[in-house]
Amino acid sequence: MMLPCPHCGDRDVSEFRYGGDASKQRPQHGTGDLQTWHDYFFLFENPKGPHTEYWQHVLGCRRWFKLARNTATNEIGEVVS
Amino acid sequence: MGRTPQEVRFSGPCRAAPKSDTNAPVSKHYSALALARHALDPDMPWPKAWESPEPKSSYDVVIVGGGGHGLATAYYLAKNHGITNVAVIEKSYIGSGNVGRNTTLIRSNYMIGGNTAFFEHSLKLWEGLSHDLNFNCMVSQRGQIVLAVNPVQMDVFARRGNIMRLNGIDAELLDAGEVRKLLPYLDWSKDARWPICGAIMQPRAGTVRHDAVAWGYARAASALGVHIIENCEVTGFVINDGKVSGVETSRGRINAGKVGIAVAGHTSHVAKMAGLKLPVESHILQAFVTEPIKPIVDNVISWGAELFYLSQSDKGGLVFGGHIDGFNTYTQRGQFNRIQTVAECAVSLMPFISRLRMLRHWGGIQDMTPDGSPFISRTPVRNLYLNGGWCYQGFKATPASGWTYSHTIAHDQEHELVRDFALDRFEKGRELDEFGLGNWTYKQ
Amino acid sequence: MSAFRRLPQGGRIDRAKPVSARFDGKGLPGFTGDTLASALLANDKLLIGRSFKYHRPRGLVAAGIEEPNALFTIGEGARTEPNVAATMAELTDGLVAKSQNAWPSPDFDLMAVNSLLSPLFQSGFYYKTFMGPSKGSWMFYEPFIRKAAGLGKATDLPDPDRYDMRFAFCDVLVIGSGPAGLAAALTAGRSGARVVLAEQDSDFGGSLLSGNDAEQEAWRVVCVDELNSLSNVEVFTRTTVQGLYDGNLAVLVENRSRLHPDASKGQPRMVLTQLRARTIVMATGAIERPLVFSNNDRPGVMLASALRSYANRFAVVPDKRAVIVTNNDTAYQSALDLAAAGVAVTVADHRTNVSADILARAGAKGIAIFPGSGIFDVEGSKGVKRVKLGGAHAVTIECDAVGMAGGWSPAVHLSSHGGIKPKYDEAVAGFVPGGFPVSHFGAGAIMGAFGLSAAIAEGANAGASAAAFAGFGKTRPVYAPEHATDRTYAILPSWSSPQDAKGKAFVDFQSDVTIKDVKIAHQEGYRSVEHLKRYTTLGMGTDQGKTSNINALALMAEYRGITIPEAGTTTFRPPYAPLTMGAIAGRTVGAHFRPVRRSPLNDWHVKNGATFIDAGLWKRAWYYAWAGHSPETAYVKEMELVRNGVGMADVSTLGKIDIQGPDSAEFLNRVYVNGFAKLPVGKVRYGVMLNDDGLVLDDGTTARISENQFYMTTTTAQAGEVMSWLEYLLQCHWTDLNVQVASLTDEWAGMAVSGPKAREALQLAFPDADLSDAALPYMGCRDISFDGVTLRLLRMSFSGELAYEVHVAADHAISLWEHILKAAAPTGIKPYGLEALASLRIEKGHVAGLELDHRNTLDDLGLGKMAGKDKDYVGKALRFREDCQRPERWSLVGLELMEPDKKLRGGAILFAATDEIKGHGRGYITSVTWSTELNKFIALGLFDGGLKHEGDEIIAAFPLKNEQARLKIVSPHFIDKEGARLHA
Repeated sequence: MMLPCPHCGDRDVSEFRYGGDASKQRPQHGTGDLQTWHDYFFLFENPKGPHTEYWQHVLGCRRWFKLARNTATNEIGEVVS
Repeated sequence: MGRTPQEVRFSGPCRAAPKSDTNAPVSKHYSALALARHALDPDMPWPKAWESPEPKSSYDVVIVGGGGHGLATAYYLAKNHGITNVAVIEKSYIGSGNVGRNTTLIRSNYMIGGNTAFFEHSLKLWEGLSHDLNFNCMVSQRGQIVLAVNPVQMDVFARRGNIMRLNGIDAELLDAGEVRKLLPYLDWSKDARWPICGAIMQPRAGTVRHDAVAWGYARAASALGVHIIENCEVTGFVINDGKVSGVETSRGRINAGKVGIAVAGHTSHVAKMAGLKLPVESHILQAFVTEPIKPIVDNVISWGAELFYLSQSDKGGLVFGGHIDGFNTYTQRGQFNRIQTVAECAVSLMPFISRLRMLRHWGGIQDMTPDGSPFISRTPVRNLYLNGGWCYQGFKATPASGWTYSHTIAHDQEHELVRDFALDRFEKGRELDEFGLGNWTYKQ
Repeated sequence: MSAFRRLPQGGRIDRAKPVSARFDGKGLPGFTGDTLASALLANDKLLIGRSFKYHRPRGLVAAGIEEPNALFTIGEGARTEPNVAATMAELTDGLVAKSQNAWPSPDFDLMAVNSLLSPLFQSGFYYKTFMGPSKGSWMFYEPFIRKAAGLGKATDLPDPDRYDMRFAFCDVLVIGSGPAGLAAALTAGRSGARVVLAEQDSDFGGSLLSGNDAEQEAWRVVCVDELNSLSNVEVFTRTTVQGLYDGNLAVLVENRSRLHPDASKGQPRMVLTQLRARTIVMATGAIERPLVFSNNDRPGVMLASALRSYANRFAVVPDKRAVIVTNNDTAYQSALDLAAAGVAVTVADHRTNVSADILARAGAKGIAIFPGSGIFDVEGSKGVKRVKLGGAHAVTIECDAVGMAGGWSPAVHLSSHGGIKPKYDEAVAGFVPGGFPVSHFGAGAIMGAFGLSAAIAEGANAGASAAAFAGFGKTRPVYAPEHATDRTYAILPSWSSPQDAKGKAFVDFQSDVTIKDVKIAHQEGYRSVEHLKRYTTLGMGTDQGKTSNINALALMAEYRGITIPEAGTTTFRPPYAPLTMGAIAGRTVGAHFRPVRRSPLNDWHVKNGATFIDAGLWKRAWYYAWAGHSPETAYVKEMELVRNGVGMADVSTLGKIDIQGPDSAEFLNRVYVNGFAKLPVGKVRYGVMLNDDGLVLDDGTTARISENQFYMTTTTAQAGEVMSWLEYLLQCHWTDLNVQVASLTDEWAGMAVSGPKAREALQLAFPDADLSDAALPYMGCRDISFDGVTLRLLRMSFSGELAYEVHVAADHAISLWEHILKAAAPTGIKPYGLEALASLRIEKGHVAGLELDHRNTLDDLGLGKMAGKDKDYVGKALRFREDCQRPERWSLVGLELMEPDKKLRGGAILFAATDEIKGHGRGYITSVTWSTELNKFIALGLFDGGLKHEGDEIIAAFPLKNEQARLKIVSPHFIDKEGARLHA
């Protein structure tokens, strides 16, 4: 699988670190109760289909980015940000 | 018998299916004697291993998922709890999930309080399983040797072994010399990146013929009256006032007093049909087998340098695996870089493997939970139960999972062995982190 | 009497270059161009092995990669390679091959007794027996089963050969070089696209290599010549495309075994290429199927196409007569070619209507044809003696060989690696690709186009389309030779011949699965194709069912009364053919398994007698020769040095992170539990960070270098994790913070100078610097310039003594280290290693890796008071989960051994004095050391309730060694609780 690093271009997946579901909203620093943080940190939609997720080009430029990928097919979509 | 050569036709329409005459004497019980009787009378048919009835409109319990855990649960519901009006509903063929995709290891070397007794119970059930099911699952207690690569790791292994001993479980600490005697084919040269400095061994650990587990439980459950319904997909749950009363399936609605989910790998989207959001992501774990060779590796070998485990199947192939690919997917197609990683481990640990050839590699989708431990639990929906989140350890847990899940369903109360497999443990701060890897959520 | 003979001329063998190999200890002559298989056949070695289960005599079935029977052990000693298909092994001088699975020899195999017991060995028999008399009985039977199973015997010696891996890119990858592949590669090549053509065989041409048509041969040569002439085209023989992975990654493996590569000269035995192709043309061809009839496994019963290959390519033919049995037209090509080579041929055709054209052409060559007939039985034990036909012509024919032509199965394996299931095609009577991704194209026999001109046209078309997709629109297509005609196919599928004869009818030769086994699987309910495969082991052999799968699943569909598409097919998984493990691992093995990380001071340590220890990827100095030669005693001397004088340790492996930007203080204040917002410039602070779950992630120190610049150190183990974590927070979430982070771990070195004489030592080294307590107090830091180099002095202590860390750019590390040792020599300064470093910290009660194991809260480690009550920090919310606040959690304690004659060990389990010694105990020992100060063993551990039990006597149990010892719970700060030494 090749992932599109926004800085370096298409690179093999082995250069990247997966960072999980990017559709989850991290509570603002200093806000959010225990339940909010629990739901944010521990619960996953885990869809079979379109998924937005974080990746870091950890063995490259170290850029974190949001990517659309289909978990049912591994089809790579756009870099979201 | 048969026709003469002149009467034979070599083309034309399909020939009829072989007869399975239900009145003919059949050997319901498997034994050497039964095999001999069939050998002497080749026309005597074997009975079907499990029946494939049409689904009824209603059951006391419906188990969603005809894998190892689902079938074991159905069997123990019937056997231990007298609940036989049970259907196991499988989307594909039984055993099509992870029970037929794993690397077949069984062991009970667990040191965290909530795990030790459960996995030891599982190993005890494995030890009697072939007899219990009258189906040879080839439970081979050939011993697992976990190799340590530095003194600190030896201390960590020692803690595990001490806990095992203190709980009546077999464990041996081996120094490098003892390991070398047992496993002379490892890389003992100066070239080894991480020299082996010792090991911990569980002699009772070993391997099981994985498919046989699904078939054996299915046959035994079927004999007790459980309905095994293949090619039937659950498409929804019937829930009223927070209580489940049945499932919608591709073959229509089936009512149920209680419903148990056991669909590892797909737990999230099945649970979602019941409105549940879980601490689970689906990841692919790859597995590998070489061509068959004569016996050379007599134990299960695991390595402390990187996650790597290997054993030789009775058929002769070396079966091995490593880490998950590291991102969620449902494709069952692994990435090549992980295949390389695992091959590097194999060849570096056992340099003779370099010359052997990989025959197949495949992937299974497993539930990954933040702390690496499973769930066997009631859910917020009454009469709906959850079994999932097994991470790397689903196969070895199969018998105890069925045992405790059936209890949980029958009594609407978690079995004491699975109290710590609770769904709410992350809210409570009761992570069950066997390996001290931490909640992996961001780092995977 | 012989069954096969070599023709005096013809074939693609080079008779001017004889080759001598050895087979089962005897000479095996042949020619360059032979395979091991063709040489065996040319030497009339028909019986070359025994079957897996029944030990029936077996011979060659195929001429290609699909060969199920002829598996040999090739090579000797450490180069032993079991299970090599003779059809894929090129005959070379010195090749040594041995037969497998027979004792003492394939000719006379004592295990053939299994054949008599065959009624017992039906499918799944082992699930039904070997269970008694007691629960563990399988352990008694298993060794016998294991010995009987397996194929060849592997060596347990390390592989002396070398394997290489490379990455490559291309516009068009063409897989297979038959007529379609050649046409595709050349058409694409003419467009200017970068083309790779991969062929598993030793030459290009595919099915053309097995033909005898001069015009077609000329066409092949012209194509190959032009491909070779194009600089944008790379062609590979002996190169198998083993798998296709996400992102159009094709894995190619080239086998160079025939060159006898010399590892010491860096020559690889195999080269694996990870090829990223913009487009892929699959021209993988098709594989002929056997027919299923009684005794269809006799040596001499082969695929009809294999007989043709051996005749045309290798000039080996059946001695007098061959019988070909078919259900389609393609068999007649084999019949005609054999007849042309002087072999008498009879064809039994299942079909009653055979086309007049074929009858005429075959008749003209003297070929007898029996329509409406098939093979009823094959007679002869170690070879074919005669066949009994059945059906319209129930005659018996004496013959040397039988050719089976059961139709063609397109080689769809690679096309389905991407997840698209193959679909059944009635006209082909086989599975064809179920579809392609937009960048994939198929051509030729894989698509069911079995005719030559059709294959070439499809190939040219696919090559042009692929090139256009890759952006190369202009090309000139390749055309078929003028007289190429499309052979007809006209298959009438016949999946099983009737089982009226008594012999076994094999579906899968290698796994010894008969038609009866399929019947039993059906009877017992193992009816889905996957159950069939797993229950009978059909298709699980080294040939992965290339010849058997379709027949088997068609049979099952017949029994179930459903169509083949309804029955479906099993999933094809990579690799396409057995793939050498060494080739996958490449050079990333042994010493190069994982990179070695070395400190910038490494060379000094090596020269000065350090013994090293692995710490993750790092090689760290463990102890030094000056202190002794055993780790058990050397570290004690080094500890004494630090406690009484001064020592210097290499701490370069610590994570080092430069943090800059106007919001740096705010950022640090968020990630650490303790306050950093108001850390003054020139000060260092110890900090702890949590994961979002509220459990401890890492600890370390951070110094404020200037208003907007900080210098963080992390633990060695967590350096990478912490770096990614900081980047994650800054780039994904706190994008409003203006902060940059950069890792300096590899760029900077660190050395810890510790001991009562540390200041004296450094003052000697840096006479111009003011190192007085007032100028550089405890937890102070300052950059100084020495000899034109900037040094960072941090006054902090891991050992509990007066101590400093000196950090410097890696290039200057050794000269600085040597300078300090030299200048401070009057203080007696010497280096100390990791073991002493780790022991000193235990005495001081600092937590490290074994305590920071992701399971612990701040309070568990006695650090709860550090967390700012009025500030927010990562992990704060979940830190206060119910169980994390439980007072009886296992918490950090110090432990002293009460029984001086005993030993303390890490991993011991702790119990209260009155506890029964069983279960999970109340905690465990994390780290142990001999204390030079206290003159006894001390330890850190986690204990139920922690220091609430200070002063209690407890028990450490180590049942693995049957040891128990009494301990006392004490403060983890074994030395200098008040910190007087730190502030000295």
